[in-house]
Amino acid sequence: MKVAYYPGCSYETSGKDYETSAKFVCNKLGIDLIEIPDWSCCGSTAAHSTDHLLAVSLAARNLALVEKMGFDTVTASCSACYQRLALAQTELAQDKKLLEQVNEITGYDYKAAVKVNSILEIIACVDEESIKAKFTRSMENFRIAPYYGCLLVRPAKIKIDDPENPTIMDRVLQTTGARVVDWSHKTECCGASLSVSNNDIVTALVSRIIKAANVADANCIVTACALCHLNLDYYQSFVTQTKGALKEMPVFYFPQILGLAMGFSKKDMGVEYNITDTSELVKKVV
Amino acid sequence: MQRIGVFICWCGSNIGGVVDVPAVAREAAKFHGVVYSAEYKYMCSEPGQEMIVSAIKEHRLTGVVVASCSPALHEITFRKNIARAGLNPYMLEMANIREQCSWVHQHEPEKATKKAIDLVRRAVAKAGKLEPLFESTIPVTKKALIIGGGIAGIQAALDIADAGNEVVIIEREPTIGGKMVLLDKTFPTLDCSACISTPKMVSAAQHPNIKIYTYAEVEEVKGYIGNFSVVVKQKARSVNSKCTGCGTCWAKCPTKNIPNEFDLGMSMRKAIYIPFPQAVPNRPVIDRERCRQFVKGKCGVCKKFCPTDAIDYEQGDEFVTENVGAILVATGYDLIDWAKIYGEYGYGKYPDVITGLHFERMVNASGPTGGKIVRPSDGEQPKTVVFVKCVGSRDEAKAREYCSRACCMYTAKHAHQVLEKIPGSQVVIFYIDVRCAGKAYEEFYLKTLHEGAIYTRGRVSKIYPEGNRLIVKGADTLLGRPVEVVADMVVLATAMIPAEGSADVARTVGFTVDKDGFFQEAHPKLRPVETNTGGVFLAGACQGPKDIPDTVAQASGAAAKIIGLLSHSEIAGEPTIARVNEAMCSGCLACREICPYRAIEPKEIVERLPGKQVTRVVASVNSGLCQGCGACTVACRPGALNLKGFTNEQLLSEVDALCL
Repeated sequence: MKVAYYPGCSYETSGKDYETSAKFVCNKLGIDLIEIPDWSCCGSTAAHSTDHLLAVSLAARNLALVEKMGFDTVTASCSACYQRLALAQTELAQDKKLLEQVNEITGYDYKAAVKVNSILEIIACVDEESIKAKFTRSMENFRIAPYYGCLLVRPAKIKIDDPENPTIMDRVLQTTGARVVDWSHKTECCGASLSVSNNDIVTALVSRIIKAANVADANCIVTACALCHLNLDYYQSFVTQTKGALKEMPVFYFPQILGLAMGFSKKDMGVEYNITDTSELVKKVV
Repeated sequence: MQRIGVFICWCGSNIGGVVDVPAVAREAAKFHGVVYSAEYKYMCSEPGQEMIVSAIKEHRLTGVVVASCSPALHEITFRKNIARAGLNPYMLEMANIREQCSWVHQHEPEKATKKAIDLVRRAVAKAGKLEPLFESTIPVTKKALIIGGGIAGIQAALDIADAGNEVVIIEREPTIGGKMVLLDKTFPTLDCSACISTPKMVSAAQHPNIKIYTYAEVEEVKGYIGNFSVVVKQKARSVNSKCTGCGTCWAKCPTKNIPNEFDLGMSMRKAIYIPFPQAVPNRPVIDRERCRQFVKGKCGVCKKFCPTDAIDYEQGDEFVTENVGAILVATGYDLIDWAKIYGEYGYGKYPDVITGLHFERMVNASGPTGGKIVRPSDGEQPKTVVFVKCVGSRDEAKAREYCSRACCMYTAKHAHQVLEKIPGSQVVIFYIDVRCAGKAYEEFYLKTLHEGAIYTRGRVSKIYPEGNRLIVKGADTLLGRPVEVVADMVVLATAMIPAEGSADVARTVGFTVDKDGFFQEAHPKLRPVETNTGGVFLAGACQGPKDIPDTVAQASGAAAKIIGLLSHSEIAGEPTIARVNEAMCSGCLACREICPYRAIEPKEIVERLPGKQVTRVVASVNSGLCQGCGACTVACRPGALNLKGFTNEQLLSEVDALCL
């Protein structure tokens, strides 16, 4: 299966390990991710919080490129990229006037017929038996708190799952033999881009999420978003500094878990990029 | 040739302040067929009506046009009026130049005057085509049937029966009583709900004019106002009428631990049971899905111990036909299944998040905890109780848009009961608005407020457990800040929705529901207890969310209407119903499909053609069932159906008058 792939700005920086592991896993599952040539900004926070038209146009340019490639589906690993593209697509498909306006800005004749799926949905579409057939390691020592954050499940018109209790990632992770815990903070806010401007808030929010994962008896958190990952991983040390001792919790991207189960090396999966120590847990499988 | 009189009303300044009434009258005098045209300040007043009567006589009028307010208001007044002058009352046509003209065009009087003239021209055109119509008579069976034995059904039954009419109550549960007997104390007087409702249940059961079917459903309704034939399905109770209610059977029944529906699963019952000690009738039923005799084919304990040989495992469902003149629907409400909708409150995962009805059972002295307020998870007394109002109500994004009306008051009552029963307790109530419109309601709310309930204006965004307590996150929109409360128990005031199966009841009986599934009244203000189907009435929460005082008031209102209907031995049938022109009818019966009142039946007719006889099927209108909606006339392809008083010819003449 060939799918157009939108990498996004975090793909060679904070989200490099997400991108790399996702590509390895997709490759193994027979999913070809074809990068969009000359892709540009998705219209994330800086744009969508200031100018709606700008945000839609930025996303639309990339969607138009996908159409030009002759693909009908595009995926993105980053949740923010996925959400911007998906929301723009929904709006453009419903509002002909907006589409005309945006096409004038981008200079493309976009028809608004591209389907936008997150990488999680793409992988979740592969049938369970085919995924299981690729596994060589059992992840039974992993007790995972799946963390969805806000962008995969909101707003209601593009949500990929139940916004209050999503389970799509739970189902994918369960195939590895890992224990997926039921917990209360699946979709709580991680503080997102406030980590740039107001990290006190992020520290407070992260502290609760980590605490809740501990209460649920998880030994790691798994995310599908580069920014969630950054906040949850990086801010744990600040939590310890400002809010007292905290049982540290490794934070993975979901393809890293699948990749480890498939027998990929620690290096391929980029688990050493993590700030919180993952070695204890990873040692149990590798 | 018609001789038409036109009477234009000023309605004080309502019409006269905008529309140039004398100009309209002058124009009307020129219309074809008009022999007299006049105006007057108040046409509906005594002198106004006299003016019409004398004009009819003096000018030998054959048809009358009154241009005034909506026909919904005064059509009947003027029909009676022209009848006094010897005209057929249906020789009247009204032009609505108030609601549909002067009121909506207050700022453009010239255009309003022009429109009024157009509307009068239309009415005159139709008046020229009117035909006299005659009311038929329908016999009335002096017996009422009530669907639903809650407080609404019981109250109405007692009122109708006390007036000397027979009443049949159909209740699907094993006992009458409905939701009210589940409740503890009732706001704002704090009198015990069961103490005031169980005597009514007993009165109903003992009333010589009332017959009660419990554990029964309405299977089929045929007929029309005054003459309904209702098939009642009496579900197999497995206990016959020899039962004395001694209680030996349920004491001996070995199948225990079945969650008792009456206590919302908070207590257990046996497989043979009565829902609660004051049940009416005091006769148990066997839960055949759980009873060992039925599931495994052996047990027979209850039969063995029954001293009166009342247990009958072989009993089957029975069907009984009741002939009645009126039907009252009082099927009540259910609470919305919040656990399927509100993931942010845990989808029902947390045992200490309960609904207001659970709280009622719990705080009730005869309830599963003997009146103690305890946490379902560990039986401990909660110290901090959070109440969340509008769960499922006023939430157009996730559930229902409407306000459930009773929740503000019962939550205030719950808060009062927590503060009264648990010393040192804390109560936090999240609300959108506090709505206390009712006699002594505001006072009750203020009392709770002064007792220390903390009212926080805002919605709750999330509830999650931390240790054995619950964290309730919400907003205080007055302070503009997020708030968090650590609670021991959370009580949700969940939305009232139409009772399960009420759509089936509406379909079986044959009347309409509104967008929320509540039963549609004929008019929200002026005909609140009637449906659009003649002889079918409404009471209680099946028509919309209501508290007990409103329910009882509406029940008595509906009873008064039914007593009025049953006081006649025959009633006049509306003449404005559909009529089939059999010569034109092709017998396709498209009309039968579209008729919402099931008033059209096929009929065989014999036609004589040159040299032979042909038998064919045509549509026939049941004049008792037809409500004159006109849907069939639109569906009729050959144009064989006409609505009397609104015939195709009449309507087209109106269109011509307006458009040509």
